[in-house]
Amino acid sequence: MSAVRAAGEHGLLVETGSLALSHRLDAALRADLPDGVVEIVPGPETVLVVAPGADRARLRARLLRELRRDGGGGPVASGPEVVTVPVVYDGADLDAVAELAGISTDEVIARHTASELVVGWLGFAPGFAYLTGLDPRLHVPRLGTPRTSVPAGSVAIAGPYSAIYPTASPGGWRLLGHTTLRTWDVACDPPTPFSPGTRVRLEAA
Amino acid sequence: MIEVIAPGPYATVQDLGRPGYAHLGVPRSGAADAASLRLANRLVGNPEGAAGVELTFGLARLLFRAGAWVALTGAPCPVPGVRGAGMGVAFWVSAGAELRLGSPEWGLRTYLAVRGGVAVEPVLGSRSTDSLSGLGPAPLRPGTVLPVGPAAHGVPADQAPPPERRPPVLRLVPGPRDDWFAPGALGALCSEPYEVSQDSNRVGVRLRGPSPARAREGELPSEGMVTGAVQVPPGGQPIVFLADHPPTGGYPVIGVVREADLAVAAQLRPGDRVRFTTRPLP
Repeated sequence: MSAVRAAGEHGLLVETGSLALSHRLDAALRADLPDGVVEIVPGPETVLVVAPGADRARLRARLLRELRRDGGGGPVASGPEVVTVPVVYDGADLDAVAELAGISTDEVIARHTASELVVGWLGFAPGFAYLTGLDPRLHVPRLGTPRTSVPAGSVAIAGPYSAIYPTASPGGWRLLGHTTLRTWDVACDPPTPFSPGTRVRLEAA
Repeated sequence: MIEVIAPGPYATVQDLGRPGYAHLGVPRSGAADAASLRLANRLVGNPEGAAGVELTFGLARLLFRAGAWVALTGAPCPVPGVRGAGMGVAFWVSAGAELRLGSPEWGLRTYLAVRGGVAVEPVLGSRSTDSLSGLGPAPLRPGTVLPVGPAAHGVPADQAPPPERRPPVLRLVPGPRDDWFAPGALGALCSEPYEVSQDSNRVGVRLRGPSPARAREGELPSEGMVTGAVQVPPGGQPIVFLADHPPTGGYPVIGVVREADLAVAAQLRPGDRVRFTTRPLP
C-alpha cells in the first residue's frame, strides 16, 4: 500500500516504492494536470507533487485514485522517440573501469552501448539525468576523491547509473568518454532532451 | 538604468523564480524572502513578480542614471541623503543621484524594487540568479548596469507599515520523513534554540545545536525537496532549505517550515538564535 505523506503545507510526497510506478504516476498526472500543481518531481521510490493553490483533500484523493488505477507493468516510455547520444570513448577513467570490471576496454564500450537506457530522474544539476539500465558488469563505485571540474558533455558512470554532464561541474563519477550532443541549452524549451522516462541509446562515435 | 557602484557583501537580481522545472533538476530560486519582494513591487506599482534587487547585509551604493521610483522592504537599512527615502514607501531617486544603504538594524536581506522592474534578460522565464546552479544573471559587481523596464501602472499613493521584527520562531509541519528519527526527536528539535551558522546562504540556513536522534541509518533514495524543508544530514546539524535549494535530496526531512515563516528564516543572520515549534502561534 502506497502512502501519501505531507511535505509541508503545499507538497504531497507519494511513496511509489519503484521507479516504474513513479514514472507511470508522473505520466498520468501530466496527462491531466490537477488544478494548482506547479511541480511534479519523480524519484526512484517517490513522486513529489507541489500544489500551493490546490484543495489538498481533493489532490490526495486524486493521487490515491491514480495509484489504485495503476495497472502495473514497466516504466512508461516517454513515447516511441529515442534520444541517440554519440559517444567518443576517450574518458580518463576508461582503463580503470575496465580493470575494476575485469574486462577489456572494448568490452566496456560494447556493454555501455548494448542496451537502451531510460532516464530515471534528474537532479544534482539542471539537466543531469540519472540513466537507468546500465549493464550490471559496469556497476563501479564513484571516485574516492571527486574531480574539482568535469567538462560539459562528459559521459560517466557510477553505481547502477550512467550520466552525461550537462554543464561543467565538480563530479565524482568515472569518465568513459564525451559527447558533442548538447544536453543543456537554456535557449531551447525544454532546455534538455531528457525528462523522467526518456529512452536513450548510446552509440560509439 | 541603474549602475552598481558597490553591491555590498552579496547582491543579486531576484523575481519569484522558475517554478515548473524541478523535474529537470532546476531549483526554483527567486527572492529568499518572497513576501518582502512582493511588497516592494506593490509599493511602486509593479506586478508582484517583477525583478528587483536582493541585498545581503545592505551596504550597497547604486547610481541612478535616470530618475526612478523605488521602494525598499525587508531588513531595514538607513538610507541617508535621498529626500523621502525610507523603508516601506515609494520614493523618487533623481537622475544622477546615488542611493546609499547602510547596514541593516536587524535581518539579513533587503529588497529594492524599481518602477518598471529590473529588465535583465530572463533565463527559463525568470531573471533570478540561482546561486546553486548558476542560472540567471551573475551576482552584482561594481560596474554592473541594470536596465529598467517600462512602467505598467502609476505609483500607488500607499505605504507599508515599518518592517516588523518577528520573533525567531519557525512553525513546522512534521514530516515527510519524521519516522526516520527516534520517537521524541521532533520534540527535542523544538525544545532548544539553534544558532545560525556562518555558512548559511540562499541554498539554506545551516544551524548549530542538538542533533535529532535517528531511528534509521543510511540515506534515502533521492526524493523531491520543498522550500522550507528541514533536512538532517548524517552530521545531525539541520539545514532549512531556502529558494536555491536542490530540487532533490537524499537526507531525511524531519519537518517543513510553514510558508508564512519562510520570510523569518530568510532574514536570519549568522549568530542569530532560532527555535522550531510544531504548535500554531496565536
